[in-house]
Amino acid sequence: MATTTQERRVTPVHDLRSSRRRAVTEQMTRAVLLIATALSVIVLATLLIDILRDGAGRLSLDFLTSYVSRFPEETGIRAGLTGTLSLMALVALMTFPIGVAGAMYLEEFAPDNRFTRLLEANINNLAGVPSVIYGLLGLSVFVYILGFGRSLLSGALTLTLLVLPVIIVAAREALRSVPREIRDGGLALGATPLQVAARQTLPAAMPGILTGMILSLSRAIGETAPILVAGAIAFRRADNEPWYPLEAYTAVPIHIFDFVKRPQQEFQIEVASAAIIVLLALLLLMNSGAIVLRNRYSRNR
Amino acid sequence: MSAEPTSGRISLTARRKRYGERTVLAVLWLCAAVSVFTTVGIVGVLFFEAFQLFRIPGVSIVEFFTDSAWRPFTDPSSDLFRIGVWPLLNSTLLITAIALLVAVPLGLGSAVYLSEYASPRVRKTVKPALEVLAGVPTVVLGFFALTFMTPLLRSVFGTDVVPIFNAASAGIVVGILIVPTIASISEDAMSAVPRALREGAYGLGASRRHVALRVVFPAALSGIVSAVILGFGRAIGETLIVSLAAGNLPPGDLPALNPFQQVQTMTAYIVQAVGGESPRGSVTFQSIFAVGALLFVVTFAINIVAQRIVRRFREEY
Amino acid sequence: MNQRTSAQLSEAPATGQEKAGRSVVFDVRDVSVHYGSAPALVDVSLQIRRREITAFIGPSGCGKSTFIRCFNRTNDLIPSARVTGTIEYHGQDLYAKDVDPVEVRRRIGMVFQKPNPFPKSIYDNITFGPKVNGMKVDLDEVVETSLKRAALWDEVKNKLKDSAYSLSGGQQQRLCIARALAVDPEVILMDEPCSALDPIATSKIEDLMRQLEDDYTIVIVTHNMQQAARVSDRTAFFTAEVESDHGDHRFGRLVEYGDTATMFSNPTDRRTEDYISGRFG
Repeated sequence: MATTTQERRVTPVHDLRSSRRRAVTEQMTRAVLLIATALSVIVLATLLIDILRDGAGRLSLDFLTSYVSRFPEETGIRAGLTGTLSLMALVALMTFPIGVAGAMYLEEFAPDNRFTRLLEANINNLAGVPSVIYGLLGLSVFVYILGFGRSLLSGALTLTLLVLPVIIVAAREALRSVPREIRDGGLALGATPLQVAARQTLPAAMPGILTGMILSLSRAIGETAPILVAGAIAFRRADNEPWYPLEAYTAVPIHIFDFVKRPQQEFQIEVASAAIIVLLALLLLMNSGAIVLRNRYSRNR
Repeated sequence: MSAEPTSGRISLTARRKRYGERTVLAVLWLCAAVSVFTTVGIVGVLFFEAFQLFRIPGVSIVEFFTDSAWRPFTDPSSDLFRIGVWPLLNSTLLITAIALLVAVPLGLGSAVYLSEYASPRVRKTVKPALEVLAGVPTVVLGFFALTFMTPLLRSVFGTDVVPIFNAASAGIVVGILIVPTIASISEDAMSAVPRALREGAYGLGASRRHVALRVVFPAALSGIVSAVILGFGRAIGETLIVSLAAGNLPPGDLPALNPFQQVQTMTAYIVQAVGGESPRGSVTFQSIFAVGALLFVVTFAINIVAQRIVRRFREEY
Repeated sequence: MNQRTSAQLSEAPATGQEKAGRSVVFDVRDVSVHYGSAPALVDVSLQIRRREITAFIGPSGCGKSTFIRCFNRTNDLIPSARVTGTIEYHGQDLYAKDVDPVEVRRRIGMVFQKPNPFPKSIYDNITFGPKVNGMKVDLDEVVETSLKRAALWDEVKNKLKDSAYSLSGGQQQRLCIARALAVDPEVILMDEPCSALDPIATSKIEDLMRQLEDDYTIVIVTHNMQQAARVSDRTAFFTAEVESDHGDHRFGRLVEYGDTATMFSNPTDRRTEDYISGRFG
């Protein structure tokens, strides 16, 4: 294969610099992707800054202790705060035992058969159902068929059904992370599987379960659609307490929804922002609590 | 109870205390089965109540699926009454399309950047930021859509082009809502691609762009597709943002393709109709469930399709 | 703990002659274990005698761990495991239909390869067994007795409420032994109890085994031949084979079984001799 020296000289073999064109394409790709990533962060920052700027002025003790009114200067979210806290108390009370029990069954006792797999698939599918549909379920079953009316109880039950699959998944993760040797050791001492599950596995998994519960509840706090459909009202000028579950009720996100829908500018922007700040502060509190719990737990082991 | 074999047999059969355990296990099983009751409840309630709608004289299920106007608030016997669900469905799909148009490039772009380009320090700041964005309640995003996005669009395109309630504001913010979903699931899928695959490509002289887009991205495709479909499902079921920013008037002319018009999605209708506290048995009350049933069927179908697609992609890879 | 009288507990260690006449605790006949269709252990027959230490030795993959798990029905926990043949415990078929594995495990305790104390205090680790078995005993007394018998009392008596994880590896293993003793078993199975421990901790546990032998029947699995020679009265040697008519899977067979001193000085089977002299395994 004779070739002339002329034909062989295409590119100097020892030149390792990348071509100009390739460098530009690389930089452009990188820039585009960076912009895409940055945009989300920028939007988040804009959102938070806006809310703080508009709402901080309205924040005061009065805001937290007054009820809603027609006048923006006199409006407070007290009813919503008590409603949200009452809802959370009831939801926690109901989801904790049912969620932990369900997770224990699925993780420790369920036989590996078709029925169990159906159960698990079902729990996963429920996570994809829009939350407003849970509201419809609540409206028909709790408000009308069971006759609880548009009450705190109906709202709490609706949220419980919404949040339960999430708690079961979180509790299962926590149970799964308990090492096998603990179970083996317990069984080898003549304990029944239930005794081992109840006395060893569950206590060992408890910090993880509690963390999961707090995180799930913090998600439930922000849910508006289900309780809106299941009968929460916006204009309520009285507190809610968990021991009066058949009362009408409201919640902080319901207040926000109502404020944004009002025609007055002050309500739409300033009052709503202030209420949003309170809601976000509540979420921050709960998430931080969960993180602290998680850190303390991993330190102990 | 020493095991000295001094006399007789040692009993290895179960002792009496175990009976209580069976009850406990039954209770545990019941709790796990609550989720089944929920599903059964949802399906049962939606279809039962929806069915009640079509038993009202003057309301026809055929019209529900074929008519092109939605005016359910008048008496069914009047001429003004129209019960076609297409305007609502159209609105939902329009907003979802806008949302995906925003979320897919942003979400996938972020995922590729975080997975293939970003330094650990950048990743440490951005990933939590995305998680925070994912945790923002939708009512807050609805507020953002109405009080920030709408004025922005109106100043960019002009107030005569963009009405106060429009599909674009809501659609864009719904897109922002689902960016974290798409980004984090896609990024997980890309991170799961084995390092050996990347190293092989780099070893052949591929640039980072090649590796990211031609090796990692296709390898993670099943996860990416499922991420997008999950985002799609979430966008369809979104309620608060569209209620606050997109409007409460379903479009009159179908197909409604103009993003700068007021629309009413299926979910927004449900919220609006519920607010009226109409009595049980009325057209308004029952129509909520008919629309809800349709919404459920659509999201359920999407989930099934997603699982099928994911399964098929996974086999090919 | 109340059932053993002090007279029984302070019997002088038995001589070799007396040991020869010991009664049989486990009578194993033609036992095979399969995981699904793959055999792990085939056609094993031997006997375990009371108040002796019996050691199972052999190269890895010979099924000795699988075998020891048959004695307290721990193989039940693996869904694909199938045990065929007979294991009789004082004349009763261990795998009979009406036998409750939980009862079995109370009488036949187990200590595992890696110490696995519960994430609780030392005290609570020991009282767990008696509590779940509903034993009507003085818990403080049980804790003290068990820890003394496991040669751990002096080291922990002032910190019983501390977490079990604050102990060293060797101490944790002795805690697991104490825990097993607390439910008053007849037999203690030990699956490679020293393989995760350093030599000093190992020798402490070997001393402990010899002490416990006076009151308990002990079966140990060990990959350390010298340990078997030091500690056991009887040894069973298993080998790992691959046979085409068993589907080309590696499985175990019992090669030889007998008095330890004899086996180590004058083994009957060539394979035993090879293993013991280090020619393989």
